[in-house]
Amino acid sequence: MDATALTARPSRSLHRFANPGRFLRLASRVQPWVTWPALVLTVAGLAWGLLFSPADWQQGDSVRIMYIHVPSAWLASSGYVGLALCSFFSLVWRHPLADLAAAEIGPVGAGFTALCLATGSLWGKPMWGAWWVWDARLTSVLVLFFLYLGHIALIRAFDDPVRGARAAAILALVGVVNLPIIKFSVDWWNTLHQGSTITLTSAPGLHVEMLWPLLVCTAGFTLSFAALVLARTRAAVMERRIRGLLMAQADRA
Amino acid sequence: MTHLPFVVGAYALGIVIPAVYAVSAWTRLAAARRRLHAIDPREQP
Repeated sequence: MDATALTARPSRSLHRFANPGRFLRLASRVQPWVTWPALVLTVAGLAWGLLFSPADWQQGDSVRIMYIHVPSAWLASSGYVGLALCSFFSLVWRHPLADLAAAEIGPVGAGFTALCLATGSLWGKPMWGAWWVWDARLTSVLVLFFLYLGHIALIRAFDDPVRGARAAAILALVGVVNLPIIKFSVDWWNTLHQGSTITLTSAPGLHVEMLWPLLVCTAGFTLSFAALVLARTRAAVMERRIRGLLMAQADRA
Repeated sequence: MTHLPFVVGAYALGIVIPAVYAVSAWTRLAAARRRLHAIDPREQP
C-alpha cells in the first residue's frame, strides 16, 4: 500500500457523506429511528419527573424543574460542541454538508439554551429569591446564548453564503473557549449556582429515584435535538438542490 | 404541590419550545420535499 492510499482513505470516507443524494437516503432511513425514541423517552421522562419522582426535602416540588433544566443545559453545551465540530470540518475540509449542518444546529442550540436560561430563572426565583443573578455559571451560559445568536446572524449577514458560513465558523471555533468556563465556573468562582451533582469520577449526588427520570429526560432531549437537526438539515439539503435545479432551468431558458 | 406556578411554567416551556421547533422543521421538510418533487419528479428524497 503506498502513502497516497493511506492519506486518501480518511478524506474519501468523510466526503462520501458530502454527496447530497447519499445523505438524504441515509438520513431518511435514520430519521424515524431517532424521532420515535426521542418522543417516547421525552414524554416518559417528563411524566416520570413531574408525577412519580419524589419531591426534595429542602426544595420541595421545585426540584422537578431539574428534569427540563439539566437536559437543556447539557444540550446547550453539547450542541455547541456539535456546532464547533461542523465549523471545523467546514473550515478545514470545506465539507459542504458541514456548513448546512452548522447553520441548522445554531437555531436549535439557541432554543435549548434559551430553555435552560428560562427554566433556571423559574427555578431560581423560589430558591434564591431572584429571577437572575450575575453569577459566573448564569453569565457564561448567557454568553453561550449570545454566541449562538451571533452565529445565526453572521451566516445571514453576507450576500455570499460561503463568506457568511466561514465567518460564522470562525466565531463558533473562538466561542469554544466558553465551554470549559461554563463547566468549571462553579469550581473556579464562588457561585450561587450549585456544583455538579453528576460527574464521571464519583457517585451521583442524587437519589436513584430522581436520577433515573433525569437520565431518561436527558436521553429523550438529546435524541429530540438530534431529530430536529437531522430534519432541518434534510430540508436544507433539499432547498439547496431546488435552488440548483431552478438556476439550471433558468440557464437553459 | 409546592411552587406549582414555577413548575408548571417550566414544563410548559419545556414542551412548547421543542414542539414549535418540531412543527417548523417537519413543515419545512414536507414543503421542500413537495417542491423538489414538483420541479424534478425523478427526485425521490
